[in-house]
Amino acid sequence: MTDQNIHAAEEHAHEEHEGMTRRKIWQVFGILLAITIVEFIIALWVLPGKHLSHGVGNCIYIVLTLLKAFYIVAYFMHLKFERVAFKTTIVAVLVLVIYFIILLLTEGTYLHVHMN
Amino acid sequence: MSTTAVSQLDEVKTGPWNGGKSPFSIEYGKIMMWFFLVSDAFTFSAFLIYYGAQRFSKITWPDPDLVFQSVPGLADAGYPLVFVGIMTFILIMSSVTMVLAVEAGHRNAKKEVIGWMIATVIGGLMFLGCQAAEWTHLHHEGFWWGSIPPVEELKHFFTEPVSEVSAQQFANLFFTITGFHGFHVFTGVLINIIILFMTISGTFARRGSYLMVEKVGLYWHFVDLVWVFVFTFFYLV
Repeated sequence: MTDQNIHAAEEHAHEEHEGMTRRKIWQVFGILLAITIVEFIIALWVLPGKHLSHGVGNCIYIVLTLLKAFYIVAYFMHLKFERVAFKTTIVAVLVLVIYFIILLLTEGTYLHVHMN
Repeated sequence: MSTTAVSQLDEVKTGPWNGGKSPFSIEYGKIMMWFFLVSDAFTFSAFLIYYGAQRFSKITWPDPDLVFQSVPGLADAGYPLVFVGIMTFILIMSSVTMVLAVEAGHRNAKKEVIGWMIATVIGGLMFLGCQAAEWTHLHHEGFWWGSIPPVEELKHFFTEPVSEVSAQQFANLFFTITGFHGFHVFTGVLINIIILFMTISGTFARRGSYLMVEKVGLYWHFVDLVWVFVFTFFYLV
């Protein structure tokens, strides 16, 4: 049993060393910075210049935000390199957040129609 | 008759979930940090989703390009989103220095861990300073919990017709949500300082592992993660 534990620990340590190199860290930083710059270009040039409608702009913002969130969680927080069981444990519960978004935005829309 | 054949029930199982080893292959404290962060994610989601519900229910809302166009200390107006851009850059940067500290920890390079941790703490303090400046600026304009600028000044913050109710909801939610996030940054900085001193005093070098750096790193990245969402929904959308 202890052998297995030690083995698991070694394996884990090994996996982690493979996870993030300094090169990879700066790559992810570059991606995060690039996405943020794209968001600023949309906010300061594309939308004021009426090149896109605000609805489309907001959708792009949300997609870019989720992309940034993915890079932070997967690489900086190292979740991509954990076991599948652990990834599932952490990510699966977030379905409740999606459910809550649907519930409350429906409620907000209802109030928009009926209270204004 | 074969005596070596073992019944299927008696075979020793060696799968990850059959006991004797850690199925997730992660240290206990790190799993608990993850679970805490998941619960914290629910708290922030609740705040931001309520903010969304409020915005959906109102006909007009303060325009972020008009509300946030000052660079405290330099310019009062005319630079939309510049200051928050600086804040976002600082926080992403301090997240990077944090992973670099974790990476140095894997190599047991104490000096490098110390250097990157100091950089992370400085980044956190800079972010807090920026936030204090921004809060002060909005406060001087008349926004606070339960108070908004007079109606004739409110029109500077709306591109559409002015709504006092919306302005009030915006003020309350802005200070509550960025305040809760700022509180997380503040505690993160404190914890980072504690870990920095533990690194300097050689606690982790004696322990042979810099796992604690990874755990506070998770917390610090989470703070950055929340900011990504706050930034989108308060300043961009």
